[in-house]
Amino acid sequence: MSVSTHRRASGATLRGRLEGVDRSLPVWVATALAIVALMALPLAWLGYMSVGAEQGTTFGHYREVFRDEALRKALWHTLVLAFWTGLVSVALGAPLAWLTARTNVPGKKLIRALVMASFVTPPFLGAFAWVMLAGPNAGLLNRMWRDLTGATDPLLDIFTMSGLVFVVTMYTFPYVYIMLANTLALIASDLEDAAAIHGAGRLGVALTITLPLVAPAIVSGFILAVLQALALFGSPAILALPAGFHTITTQVWSFFHFPPKVEQAAAVSIPLLLATALLLLMQKRLLGRRGYATVGGKGGQRRTIALGIWRYPALAAVFVVMAGSIFLPYAVLAKAAFARAWAQPLTWSNVTLANFTFTLFEYSSTKAAILNTVELGLATATMGAGLAALLSYVTNRRLVVGHQLVAFLALAPVVIPGVVLAVALFIAYTRPPFVLYGTLAILFVAYLTKEMPVGYAQSDATFRSIPPDLEEAGRILGAGRLRVLRDVTAPLARSGIIAAWCFIFIGVIRELSASIILFTPNTRVMSVVIFDLKEEGQFGAIAVLGLAMLAMTFATVSVVQAALGRDVLGVKE
Amino acid sequence: MIRRILSLTGLVALMLAVAVPVLAQDARVEAAKKEGKVVWYTSLVLPSAEKVAKLFEAAYPGVKVEVHRTGSERILQRVMQELTANIKNADVVHTSDAGHFVFLKDKKLLMPYTPAGVDKFPPGFKDKDGYYFGLRATVTAIFYNTKLMSAAEAPKTWKDLLDPKWKGKLVTAHPSYSGVVATHVLALEKQYGWDYFKQLGQNKLMIVQSAADTPTTVVSGERIVAVNGGEYSAYQLKKKGNPIEIIYPKEGVPLIVSPTAITSFAPHPNAAKLFTDFTFTREIQQVMADSEGLYTGHPDVKYPTDKPKLGDLKLLSADAEELQKRNEEIKKRFVEFFGA
Repeated sequence: MSVSTHRRASGATLRGRLEGVDRSLPVWVATALAIVALMALPLAWLGYMSVGAEQGTTFGHYREVFRDEALRKALWHTLVLAFWTGLVSVALGAPLAWLTARTNVPGKKLIRALVMASFVTPPFLGAFAWVMLAGPNAGLLNRMWRDLTGATDPLLDIFTMSGLVFVVTMYTFPYVYIMLANTLALIASDLEDAAAIHGAGRLGVALTITLPLVAPAIVSGFILAVLQALALFGSPAILALPAGFHTITTQVWSFFHFPPKVEQAAAVSIPLLLATALLLLMQKRLLGRRGYATVGGKGGQRRTIALGIWRYPALAAVFVVMAGSIFLPYAVLAKAAFARAWAQPLTWSNVTLANFTFTLFEYSSTKAAILNTVELGLATATMGAGLAALLSYVTNRRLVVGHQLVAFLALAPVVIPGVVLAVALFIAYTRPPFVLYGTLAILFVAYLTKEMPVGYAQSDATFRSIPPDLEEAGRILGAGRLRVLRDVTAPLARSGIIAAWCFIFIGVIRELSASIILFTPNTRVMSVVIFDLKEEGQFGAIAVLGLAMLAMTFATVSVVQAALGRDVLGVKE
Repeated sequence: MIRRILSLTGLVALMLAVAVPVLAQDARVEAAKKEGKVVWYTSLVLPSAEKVAKLFEAAYPGVKVEVHRTGSERILQRVMQELTANIKNADVVHTSDAGHFVFLKDKKLLMPYTPAGVDKFPPGFKDKDGYYFGLRATVTAIFYNTKLMSAAEAPKTWKDLLDPKWKGKLVTAHPSYSGVVATHVLALEKQYGWDYFKQLGQNKLMIVQSAADTPTTVVSGERIVAVNGGEYSAYQLKKKGNPIEIIYPKEGVPLIVSPTAITSFAPHPNAAKLFTDFTFTREIQQVMADSEGLYTGHPDVKYPTDKPKLGDLKLLSADAEELQKRNEEIKKRFVEFFGA
């Protein structure tokens, strides 16, 4: 009796275990393989290379790197850039978020559309545009300033650290905006009302109630902005190098100049990787530690604050910011595309279509680069969105043992800056057993790794918003898991997955910091061609390709908007 | 429109001119056609490189030229990086850093090939072992913006540029990108020592990458004076009516002869030979002199009258062997003095 129960029980657990294994095994094997190929192997090579010597191991590369005064300077510049970018991004993004989320500022839809536009604009295009706007002598704004005032000194000098911070911030503040707008939309006004009833003034309410409630979101937005600035390559290359200073990313890139110093590149990459990981850990702690019930809930009223006579001045202020990130840069790009000489006024004799004919028809690299970009975009977005959907479905429905680990691994690449990823992939895939360098595959691997967290986060949110009840109803009515997946889950998740696809696609077509190290002449992508043209000073051609890139980006954005029925920034109004 | 007609007639003339030798080398052309293309890693500025490619494709239909244009130093980086992954892509390598060819020859990466007609070229254009030959030449010079400065105010000599009054007004290209500038730096270092560059660095120069970008920066007005750069790029801009003037310092101007060679691993060797021969024909050498403003080694080439003859200039030269040996030093010292 006792034996038979025992047997039955063990049979049940065995069956249970088998069932568990049955489902988990393929998922785990696939995930493990993907992680090894995408991250573990390259990072292991990176670490190995940084301590590798002719014989045994050495910390010589680290010593060499950190004793080098030029490198220490580059490190310092990176810290300054990242810190100020974070700070100014908060100073711009936070008030903007508050205006659109909580006040009756006019034109909210337009403002959100503009923030979204600066969110998706490739920062290196912005930097390039600002060279034409605020180069100290030829910059159009400085010329106007001199003409108006008769001054001899420039109004702005973009080839400085503050110029660099300004340009980077213009395309980074949306990160703060998104964090904060989404949080503000979830905070009910009851607490603020309570404080007001107890006699606090408007400022008092803001300082004692609202600010502490949104503080984690602000700090978190700050950290996101800092991370962006740490990882950027294009803007420093365009603005810092002419001014005679390096950041860590441009320094890593220059280690690949002949004769290459890959070991030193690896030795610089590791600390950058650790710094990024540390910052993200801090952000997670900040957001995770305090579970504000007030932030979590969707209930409660959010009252709109009337700005009174400040409505239009506030809108004007918003437009000033947007002039910096959108209006002026886009206008000057368009001008350069149609001008023989970008620095001269657009008179009839200066108008030309030659830049278009040269770039699109005579310059033989253009077509190949556009094709490569689109091909990589389609492949990465499809594979990435598919993988992200699968993984997030599995983790959300807890289908496998250790699903938390799957989720963690899918998000983990977020700590790897593009340049570091590229150095690691370069080392790993220029040698047997996998020689991918020289093919589009190595760029595909880089992009897939880099975009995985974005795709996963989007899909995760999608599946989270689909309650399991509907699926369970399907199962109760006799449908198998696959049928439920096809008839119930898939239709509900479709728009979210399309959005993930588009986010990845946008990320891929603008990618520069990894591509610049991994490309070969046959695998050039648009961003690399633009950078090449920048090095040669072909402004007209860059402007044409830049406009093409923006057109592709905004076409994709409109697909997301249609799929989601809302804008790409997150919350509904 | 007129320009188009001119270039069309030029094209027809060119096709007629090459038609005769083509008949004689039918077999070679067929072999090249079978290969279908030639991959050209070149540092010749982009529009000029595309023009040469188009002329070749018109002369030999069925053989495409794949132009991969970047700075000389980047080209060497690409070739060597690709070889570490065992990628054999480049057929013809053409840079403005003669040291590269010493290096590549030492590594046995070049194929010995003497293009037709180069025996008439002066010695400075020929490798004694027959691996590489000077396709074109230019000098580096000082350029200034004529709208923003009078000829009287302009610097006359290399040393004039050291005057602190030029602070914030100068632009330089980068020897980690441009072979022209790497050669220029060595030639002036031999003349004045590193101290010259150390002092020049005090004037807070704007740093661009390509030797073709210093004249465009001057034309845009972003900086008034370029302390180096490819004279042929400045000449092209000047001819198009841009406000730029070229100064050839009396102490001498660095001469940059840009060699070309076929790689030992060329995947399209026949097309590579055909293309190399084509680029050394009088017609193409004349195109380089006429519309591109380059000097060449071809004795029969006629030069535009609005620029000095090579023989009238005092030339400073840098030895290829020395360029190769001091390549890293040149880049390192430059970064030390100019910041990046």
